[in-house]
Amino acid sequence: MKYDILLCGVGGQGVLSIAAVIAQGAVMEGLQVKQSEVHGMAQRGGAVQAHLRISSSTIHSDLIPKGAASMILSMEPLESLRYLPYLSKDGVLLSAKEPVLNIPNYPDLESVLTVIQQYPHHRIIPALEIARKIGSPRSSNMVLVGAASKFLPLSPETLKKVIEGLFHQKGDGVVHSNLSAFEAGRRDA
Amino acid sequence: MERMALLGDEAVALGAVHSGVSVAYGYPGTPSTEILEYIQQFYQQGPLAVWCTNEKTAYEEALGASYVGKRALVTMKHVGLNVAADPFINSALLNIRGGLVVVVADDPGMHSSQNEQDSRFYADFAKILCLEPSNQQEAYDMTREAFDLSERFQIPVMVRITTRLAHSRSGVVPSPARQENPLLSQVDPSGWALLPAFARKQYAQLLLKQKDIRVFTEESPHNQLYVPNRGNPSSVPMGVITAGIGKNYYMENIDSLGEELPHLHIGVYPLPVEKIRTLAASVPRVLVIEEGMPFIETILRGILPHGIQISGKLDQSLPLSGELEPDLVRKALGLPSREGVHLPSLFSLPARPPQLCQGCPHGDTYASIKNILKELPDAVVTSDIGCYALGAVPPLAIPETIVCMGASVSMAVGASEAGKKHTVAVIGDSTFLHSGITPLIDAIARNVPITVVILDNGTVAMTGGQETVLSTANLPALIRGLGVDPEHVITIEAHRKYERENMEILRREFQYPGVSVVIAVRECLETARKKKSNKERAE
Repeated sequence: MKYDILLCGVGGQGVLSIAAVIAQGAVMEGLQVKQSEVHGMAQRGGAVQAHLRISSSTIHSDLIPKGAASMILSMEPLESLRYLPYLSKDGVLLSAKEPVLNIPNYPDLESVLTVIQQYPHHRIIPALEIARKIGSPRSSNMVLVGAASKFLPLSPETLKKVIEGLFHQKGDGVVHSNLSAFEAGRRDA
Repeated sequence: MERMALLGDEAVALGAVHSGVSVAYGYPGTPSTEILEYIQQFYQQGPLAVWCTNEKTAYEEALGASYVGKRALVTMKHVGLNVAADPFINSALLNIRGGLVVVVADDPGMHSSQNEQDSRFYADFAKILCLEPSNQQEAYDMTREAFDLSERFQIPVMVRITTRLAHSRSGVVPSPARQENPLLSQVDPSGWALLPAFARKQYAQLLLKQKDIRVFTEESPHNQLYVPNRGNPSSVPMGVITAGIGKNYYMENIDSLGEELPHLHIGVYPLPVEKIRTLAASVPRVLVIEEGMPFIETILRGILPHGIQISGKLDQSLPLSGELEPDLVRKALGLPSREGVHLPSLFSLPARPPQLCQGCPHGDTYASIKNILKELPDAVVTSDIGCYALGAVPPLAIPETIVCMGASVSMAVGASEAGKKHTVAVIGDSTFLHSGITPLIDAIARNVPITVVILDNGTVAMTGGQETVLSTANLPALIRGLGVDPEHVITIEAHRKYERENMEILRREFQYPGVSVVIAVRECLETARKKKSNKERAE
């Protein structure tokens, strides 16, 4: 088994925190993991990506080869289109619906969403809207993890355990809202 | 011991801790920063892990610890080694005592850097050993080994990593930790004073050591030669030499090759010449896959006979600049490219470059400067390395030059002495302490009309928010102490609500025909946010 995920978004959105949850879940299930991150300059509001590779056998390259990604998991619709050459022909293109409008030449949002919808295996998740609806606007990241969990080769129970571990220090309320976000995202995917 | 998921940087840090390192020094620089941060975060009871004023002081402090017998780690990014080059090159001539390991993180592709220089040239230049891990486990193991080698050969040892290893996370199995070295009560100073007469002896020693060093790298399992068994060796199209993470990209493609190729992986330098000759003996062509500049490839041209074709970056089999990728290596191996899906051809994807955060204090100071520059069209604005360098692109487009740490001040001095009436240097607080003070002394000594604007956010921000070595409160006294007229050392609050007052001050100082320093103070937004969230957590 091998499953390559290209995670992307805009610096400051928390791409690395999503990557960390999925990577930790894979480690808990005894799989091999490599996760390449972007630190430094790009984190200042620029385009960021992380390459997360999960496999039952040895992983060599830290970077995903072109056409090999089983999933693009994007926190921002325009960014989801930046890495298409990495997506395998039957891969899943999964993006949050809400744009980050920090550039002057952002295209018309509808046209961006229309492009995403042209790919056979796409999901557009209104992550922020869902997170707000369940009363936890800060957990839109976990909505996306929940949505992605529909496709990942990991059990949702494992991912929930990771989320519990991650937020356990912040109290039961925070754990609960993040788990709800995960469930809501999973339902929406 | 239990398997841990670590960044390459973190694996280096843990390797150093487990090898009994006593002190770790460095200056923040992407992609090296997380090495010291890991020790600071997880080993608060020691070893000591601290940020220094710059890479030169960091290196020399590490040398001092080695002199008295302790193991010392020093970390920096590739361009940081330029700053530390003086002690680095000279330290190869010393009788290194406590293991001294310098970890340099190169940034091919310039993700967060001004150039893509390759530190292996420096190791070669200094005539020391250089280990280059290809994965996180090796980053851990090789850092440990580097300390042992440093003590065995009595030389500093370099561990060279690159961005993709530094910032990639994978499993590492640690081994039992070693105790720290004892502090020497009697220190033997022989071999540590590089007066010419002594330095000649020490250099002769270093040259003598080269023989043993080369025997070591020739035999080291890190330089692994694989020659497949086959019936007809004449049909082998090429041999492959990989180094560092170049191996990962080769292995990624190996299943598509259809036949096994002779392969030599390089993990420790100087190069094992005999192994290279053995590899080349049975092939018409050698392909070199190395991350960074064509270091091995260039040396091969002096080792191998003329008949053998050498491929790599110099013959454009791989690009000369930028970092390697699995697909680039695939092409170099002669394999067909693989494709993903495409964007519709009519859709154009705008770039999203990094930018100053919304509400950043630098942005507010730049807005004031920009207004005054409209009145002074002849002004020259030099700048420096840090978040504020992002002000060089539109819509701000204020800094004209960004070269290296501290150069804003020195270049303003040069432009002013060459005849420019209004020269302004824009520099951050940490960069000023790193390398901006010395050129300011030049300006004061010759009363050169420049204005230095110190953007003081109390933070080394671009590298993730490390604390500046000296707090903001120290800057005015420091600068007055150097001899700038106290009337022209002015602190302002970097906030748009004071724009009118700030503009007035900046306008006056830009026109002042002497040395003036304006310190624009406001805490980095990220630092403020982190403090708030730490406080919430504590409650």
